[in-house]
Amino acid sequence: MPPLEHFLLVAAAIFSIGLYGALSRKNIITVFMSVELMFNAVNLTAIAFAKFLVPVWSNRFLFGPELSESVRAAGDIALSGQVLAIFIIAVAAAEIALGLAIVIAIYRNRETIDITDVALMKK
Amino acid sequence: MSVLTVAFWVLAVWGIASALMVVHTKDIFRAALFLVSTFIAVAGFFVILGAEFLAVVQVLVYAGGISVLIIFAVMFTREVAQGNQPNRYYGIGLLLGAALFLVLAFTVVSTNWFPEFHNTEEADAIARGAFSDSSGGLGALLREKFILPFELTAILLLAVLVGAVALVKER
Repeated sequence: MPPLEHFLLVAAAIFSIGLYGALSRKNIITVFMSVELMFNAVNLTAIAFAKFLVPVWSNRFLFGPELSESVRAAGDIALSGQVLAIFIIAVAAAEIALGLAIVIAIYRNRETIDITDVALMKK
Repeated sequence: MSVLTVAFWVLAVWGIASALMVVHTKDIFRAALFLVSTFIAVAGFFVILGAEFLAVVQVLVYAGGISVLIIFAVMFTREVAQGNQPNRYYGIGLLLGAALFLVLAFTVVSTNWFPEFHNTEEADAIARGAFSDSSGGLGALLREKFILPFELTAILLLAVLVGAVALVKER
């Protein structure tokens, strides 16, 4: 099993690539794709923490030093990282659906999806 | 080297390379396909980390649903012919991305993550209790402890559905 740091470094790399893409591209669809990359990196981090850190910590601090009989409760807490990832996925899906609807609306009204051209609020 | 380590490095190279291709490919349609490739690599990481249900959800929702939405948006907009051009903040974006990665990497490397707690018998016992039926455990957890966020997510998705239809409706 690779150590926790390796997973975190891969997630950091994907997140940074997403930030770079979101800041440096003209096309709004590429910006959306970069934001999705960042969501994925966050999910990867949450699940890596849930796998490596949460089980023993929750067991130690909630139930004492020895392995308690309520492994089920500790396991519940160990799974909460995955629950967080599920909610992130749901919110990301909502965000991309609404965002692309806005893209289509902008394109229909202004015939462009270049974010440097869509600057109505600048004036 | 164990099988998991080999799988990790294959997935790491695959995921980071396709993430870079998402940003750097000229053709936006191909960038969307590389995005699908990144999603599948991340799903592979989920399998390594013992989150099989989330891996399946990742493939269904991201590689299936979100990528189809993005590809539809690519095809609805004519500007795709101009390709994936950088804007004038290209240098700043590159600099910020690199700086963020350096800061995160430094933090990850210099923090004590208590490696003596990882993959111990205690962790294995808890993981067996929790992950022997990871999907069932998740379902019970969502129903018992996270029922309010779960229902709120349902309302959010309904609102998004209505909002998206209202936004793109022909007048």
